[in-house]
Amino acid sequence: MAIFLNENSKVIVQGMTGSEGMKHTRRMLKAGTEIVGGVNPRKAGTKVDVDGVSLPVFASVAEAIAETGANTSVVFVPPAFCKAAVIEAIDAEIELAIVITEGIPVHDSVTFWNYAESKGNKTRIVGPNCPGIASPGKSNAGITPADITGTGPIGLVSKSGTLTYQLMYELRDLGFSTSVGIGGDPVIGTTHIDCLKAFEEDPETKAIVMIGEIGGDAEERAAEYIKNHVTKPVVGYIAGFTAPEGKTMGHAGAIISGSAGTAESKKEALEAAGVKVGKTPSETARLMREVIENL
Amino acid sequence: MDLYEYQGRALFARHNVPVLDGGVATTTQEAVELAERLGDRVVVKAQVKVGGRGKAGGVKLADNVDEVKTHATNILGMDIKGHTVEKVMLTVTADIDEEYYFSYLLDRANRTFLCIASTAGGMEIEEVAHTAPEKVVKLPIDAGVGVTPEIANDIVSKAGFPEDLRDQLVDVFVKLWGAFVSEDATLVEVNPLVRTPEGKVLALDAKVTLDENADFRHPENAEFEDKSSVDPLEQRAKDSGLNYVKLDGSVGIIGNGAGLVMSTLDVVSYAGENHGGVKPANFLDIGGGASAAVMANGLEVVLSDPQVKSVFVNIFGGITACDEVARGILGALQTLADRGEDVTKPLVARIDGNNAEAGRQILAEANHPLITVVETMDAAADKAAELANKGA
Repeated sequence: MAIFLNENSKVIVQGMTGSEGMKHTRRMLKAGTEIVGGVNPRKAGTKVDVDGVSLPVFASVAEAIAETGANTSVVFVPPAFCKAAVIEAIDAEIELAIVITEGIPVHDSVTFWNYAESKGNKTRIVGPNCPGIASPGKSNAGITPADITGTGPIGLVSKSGTLTYQLMYELRDLGFSTSVGIGGDPVIGTTHIDCLKAFEEDPETKAIVMIGEIGGDAEERAAEYIKNHVTKPVVGYIAGFTAPEGKTMGHAGAIISGSAGTAESKKEALEAAGVKVGKTPSETARLMREVIENL
Repeated sequence: MDLYEYQGRALFARHNVPVLDGGVATTTQEAVELAERLGDRVVVKAQVKVGGRGKAGGVKLADNVDEVKTHATNILGMDIKGHTVEKVMLTVTADIDEEYYFSYLLDRANRTFLCIASTAGGMEIEEVAHTAPEKVVKLPIDAGVGVTPEIANDIVSKAGFPEDLRDQLVDVFVKLWGAFVSEDATLVEVNPLVRTPEGKVLALDAKVTLDENADFRHPENAEFEDKSSVDPLEQRAKDSGLNYVKLDGSVGIIGNGAGLVMSTLDVVSYAGENHGGVKPANFLDIGGGASAAVMANGLEVVLSDPQVKSVFVNIFGGITACDEVARGILGALQTLADRGEDVTKPLVARIDGNNAEAGRQILAEANHPLITVVETMDAAADKAAELANKGA
């Protein structure tokens, strides 16, 4: 099963012919992802050879879908053109658009989210500024290293890329159903709550790791959701307990303003919802180990 | 990026939002010259990026040039909540009949924009929001439609603004929306927006936050960047394309990925509790690649902070394998030596992930006198804290 991305996913890459797009297309192919082509209007009709695999370049997402039956797009298009690329994916009604691009103006993210809503949310948007989705043993769409771990009972949702990799590594002997990097920007498509809901419904996922960080109130809202809707065990981790107020910590969304967005308030909300929260990544892994042992 | 009031006012003026005539001064002499141009009565306002300056004595009315001299001298250099006043803004005065509050901002949770409006504006707006929340109206703005005259009319009605100001307010709200969108702002706030006895609407304050991700669309706004108030180490890191935030402790931190680095700060702070209370000296994310060149730049910035007593390099090898990371660390130390830097502070490296064994092997064989390799993040943080405490 896994969530959002599985062995039946047919993936196209928007911005495939750029350097980042090319590098990660190669890595995704190596991970076993079924990549069926790329999109670049200026190179439409050509083919790109990636380690012996010949990938067609299409003029548009719509054309790529019509020709290949693609249902997932991974977007590496640079910030200045990314809004148009996502809107194109929404117009083509692709099922899943994973936006890896970092540094997109927040007005652009609000605009494409608003557009997706006005079109009835037929396209699930993940990101922007995220590592993508990995369903080990099935498919890998984005930049998550594919060789950290194999398939298993844990579902993971995280704002942060390297913390995701760290937790996957610490729990590599147990394995993961799906890991979703939702991104660290102030405005993102798929949220913690969307992933929790999907993991709750996924028979392969037995327990969930939720990684958050300072800024906003997404974790508090996720806690409220867990309390009312999630029956599977959830283990949480929040980064940024010692971060000072008013300093942006790397991610555009990671800033404490006033009393809002602190790690402490997120931890309290999660614990009130019955979530065990680790103080460090290693403690979080230990808590998850206990959960799995007691299943 | 938060703008100073005088910058926000200039941005409002650019979008034809009605503001008072004025200017900015960095010395008493400049303030006096400006006051002579503006006329007899002026307001002298401290320019700091923090609220509560009125209560701190940073806003004064001057009836003549002598008073301008006195106030400018007192306010320049004043400390307001840890911010030193480097500039004062002078404007002509306006008589005020009523004070309103108005803002547009990003609503993260709902992934849209929000308008907040109140007829009870002024210094006590936060108090009003607590005690009489019904006086503060919050309206979501559909990003696909924006603020049209119809929607601005709706805001006037819902917030209960005076009918006789309707046309002026609609005009101001539409123009402020224009500024909000076309400047890629995440906050445009006017407090107070006032009504004069003549029935004129004026923006007497301007609080603006711009989205740095959109800087590429706004080369003209580069002048708003205030390099003088930025920490010199932060500026140097920024110039090398590094994501660095200066903190107060003595353990230098280098890691890859914002989340992992934030987590490293926490783990080092916890470890510091057992080592004399040492704390992280900085946040530094060198990104996913962690190449030798980037590592060298990062190390150079971290080591040039005199407060740093030890350095913790915490890398998870994902896209970049750990053997490359290990060579990167050694290469960085070599690069610094080649640049003539005298590196003497101990460095604790924890590298984990893809090809970790090979990476640790490389560092072990190099047998560098400054490098200690520790396998786990917790143990490495403990070692780095211990070394910082000893070096203090």
